[in-house]
Amino acid sequence: MGQPGIMEKLEILADAAKYDASCASSGTAKRNSSGGKGIGSTEGMGICHAYAPDGRCISLLKVLLTNHCIFDCHYCINRKSSNVRRARFTPQEVADLTLTFYRRNYIEGLFLSSGIIKSSNHTMEQMVETARILREDHDFRGYIHLKTIPEADPDLVHQAGLYADRVSINVELPTDAGLTRLAPDKNARQIEGAMGGMKMAIRQARDEKKRFKHAPRFAPAGQSTQMIVGADAATDADIVGRASRLYDGFRLRRVYYSAFSPIPDASAVLPLKRPPLVREHRLYQSDWLMRFYGFEAQEVMQATEADGNLPLDIDPKLAWALKFRERFPVDVNRSSREMLLRVPGLGVKAVNQIIAARRHRTLRLEDVAKLTVSVAKVRAFIVTADWRPTLLTDRADLRTLLAPKSEQLELFAA
Amino acid sequence: MTSLSHVRLGTYFVVHMPRSDDFAFWRDRARQLVQCDVPPDRVAWVEPGGNASLFSHGDRRAPIPDDPDRPVRASRRFVALAKNAALHSDPERFALLYSLLWRLQSQPRLLEDKADSEVRRLEELDKAVRRDSHKMHAFVRFRMVEDESGGSEHYVAWFEPDHHIVRANAGFFVRRFANMNWSILTPRGTLHWDGEIVREGPPAQKSDAPQGDPAEDLWRKYYASIFNPARLKIGAMLKEMPRKYWKNMPETSLIPELVAGAQNREAQMVEAGTLEFEERPETLQAIDKAIHACRKCPIGELDNQAVMGEGPNDAALMIVGEQPGDQEDQAGRPFVGPAGQVLDAHMERAGIDRRNTYVTNAVKHFKYVQRGKRRLHQSPTAKEIDVCRWWQEAERAIVKPKVILALGASAARGMLGKTVSISKVRGEPIALDDGSELWVTAHPSYLLRLDGAAKEEQERLFAADLAAVKERVEELTA
Ligand code: SF4
Repeated sequence: MGQPGIMEKLEILADAAKYDASCASSGTAKRNSSGGKGIGSTEGMGICHAYAPDGRCISLLKVLLTNHCIFDCHYCINRKSSNVRRARFTPQEVADLTLTFYRRNYIEGLFLSSGIIKSSNHTMEQMVETARILREDHDFRGYIHLKTIPEADPDLVHQAGLYADRVSINVELPTDAGLTRLAPDKNARQIEGAMGGMKMAIRQARDEKKRFKHAPRFAPAGQSTQMIVGADAATDADIVGRASRLYDGFRLRRVYYSAFSPIPDASAVLPLKRPPLVREHRLYQSDWLMRFYGFEAQEVMQATEADGNLPLDIDPKLAWALKFRERFPVDVNRSSREMLLRVPGLGVKAVNQIIAARRHRTLRLEDVAKLTVSVAKVRAFIVTADWRPTLLTDRADLRTLLAPKSEQLELFAA
Repeated sequence: MTSLSHVRLGTYFVVHMPRSDDFAFWRDRARQLVQCDVPPDRVAWVEPGGNASLFSHGDRRAPIPDDPDRPVRASRRFVALAKNAALHSDPERFALLYSLLWRLQSQPRLLEDKADSEVRRLEELDKAVRRDSHKMHAFVRFRMVEDESGGSEHYVAWFEPDHHIVRANAGFFVRRFANMNWSILTPRGTLHWDGEIVREGPPAQKSDAPQGDPAEDLWRKYYASIFNPARLKIGAMLKEMPRKYWKNMPETSLIPELVAGAQNREAQMVEAGTLEFEERPETLQAIDKAIHACRKCPIGELDNQAVMGEGPNDAALMIVGEQPGDQEDQAGRPFVGPAGQVLDAHMERAGIDRRNTYVTNAVKHFKYVQRGKRRLHQSPTAKEIDVCRWWQEAERAIVKPKVILALGASAARGMLGKTVSISKVRGEPIALDDGSELWVTAHPSYLLRLDGAAKEEQERLFAADLAAVKERVEELTA
């Protein structure tokens, strides 16, 4: 068998990367290519250059350096004992591909991950080398996200942070027991150790930047992580709890959730059908509640049902409101911003607009209707100048009334 | 205060915009009109190519304010919104902006009233323009052409914006592609960058743009491969990438095929999934029956029969071997061949009663290669052990042994899901998820292959492991 060509390698190594959920290319330092020799810019907001039929945004060239791996994690299609086609890029090949795509405005940059070849250090060296070629040989000023190998030498991981905008270290599974069972070669303490090291390095670089203008940038877009959902028995409450500890403990920018996908050649230790994609969606919504709506992890957990999982038929904010009906209705003309943010169906923007508008007029239901997508959902929880939800919040069938009629999210609606 | 004699009753002022996106011009005129107290319903704004004859009775001269320094109020926020909204293709936009500017003179905080219909319209226009700009940043696709001499590369794109956004977005592409020569061609005008300045040109046609670029094949390959067919969400894709953009993006031609293929693949996976992930059998008899029909791995396809574990269904000790051999396969029972005899002898010496022990294998079928008449034993692969683990776990779930003794690395892998080195782990229990403890020792067939001092040494170790296990079982059952 000859060496596969670039086209074939790209097919294999992009395919192997598709289970990774993170795609964001935002939140980094502003840069552009004026005055340089190469290309690239970042303007704060990342750009999705295309969308795949799975609804996910394509903003980066997301590939693996190689899908060979000496590890044997059961949920992973690249594990040692899996029967997939294998391929391997050189750092130069990945750099060239990135530039070819970037020049045509297909992408914002590169997201490079890798199976572990030879050793963790060897693999990490190759990834760092790819970023070095882009930054130093080609003066590339676009976005680079490197997935680091927690087992690698901290010095190498540190170098990755010097070239990359963002680094990620995947915790993989929400519980240590799940990790032990499904990723026998990995070690929760090592992963958290690497995250802790990264947190320190990012903070230190930020402090130095304040004092010396020319201090080197270090992962300006911070670090993120990913958890696989539905591959083990962890509940949404477990997952939300873990995510919030990670946010607090390691100052993560984002926790991504990836619904466990049935992978070809699945290991028998995963006797599971795939979890419904809605579950992943509900977890992202709960993440939003914590990041933008002032919910505590504890409160999101209160929204879960007896089995510890968030309901699938309604969003977590509505689930919370239905459990705590005594906190409603909320008077849109008087209530605090915090309480308005708790109203199901009112987003951050709508709340801001309500607060601005009520300085000028006393809001009626029709005014609120102009500011929200669905007043039908909102009105059960609010009071306006001309509206009060008489006992509506006490109705036992409120949930059925408000739950979206079950057209599934996954239907082929093209 | 209305002192301007030239604002005649019943006439319009007609303002001809020199360019559709000339905000500065609008701003100057609007300021003059406000200074002259011309109410919004007395001004008509006409774009290039717009129909001015409707306003044939209007006054085309700019009104001259008495006091050109009279302040006109407009918040910074209004100017920013208006500047962007002015790029919208709605022919009413300049009139709307003027009306708002007019009202701002008496209601300085008007913009905060989000329920006001003109304020809302302004925000809608602004949003549409921002979205169109954003799509331009995202969906412009350059194609590379080499100039005749083959020297420098030129990158050319064709894009069809909805609004008058081309000029306003030149800066984005200049900053991003500062060291590339590029052109963006659109039906509303063109931009050309040579590394130093942006030149603007007249509207272009699609046929002016180059037709293809070899990199597009690579890009399409990437697009097809990064998509996960197990999670089709067409609605989400269409929301962000509406069909109107598709025709100028090389990758979108693949979408129908990818969607159709995904439905098939998903159906296959679900089918394969139900085969593989059926309910776990709840009795040993049911497992016995199921493994005879099992074809989860290629070993099941060989000419052999499944060999079920044997022993009491509440045994405190479970002994797990690698897989049945030739003789076990023929007898349909575990550990009856030469290795089984070694095991029996050692168990007897250690005082472990085989009748109280559940004896089974990590892999349920005999794997071999045929050499003439002989069937030569072959070790199962890690993958095969992992697949067969399904059955071994089902047995464990029923028998619930307190102690498990794994014979050899394959058996240990069946329990742990990873390969361990026997010399490292023997002699110490390993806690398993279900609360039982695992001991690992060598496989008795290993003892058969040794002789001399090495054999003695290994026999001694094996005996010691069995003795330790016996002691542990007694402790745990006492
Ligand atoms: S060896 Fe195990 S997995 Fe393979 S066919 Fe037999 S019972 Fe099934």
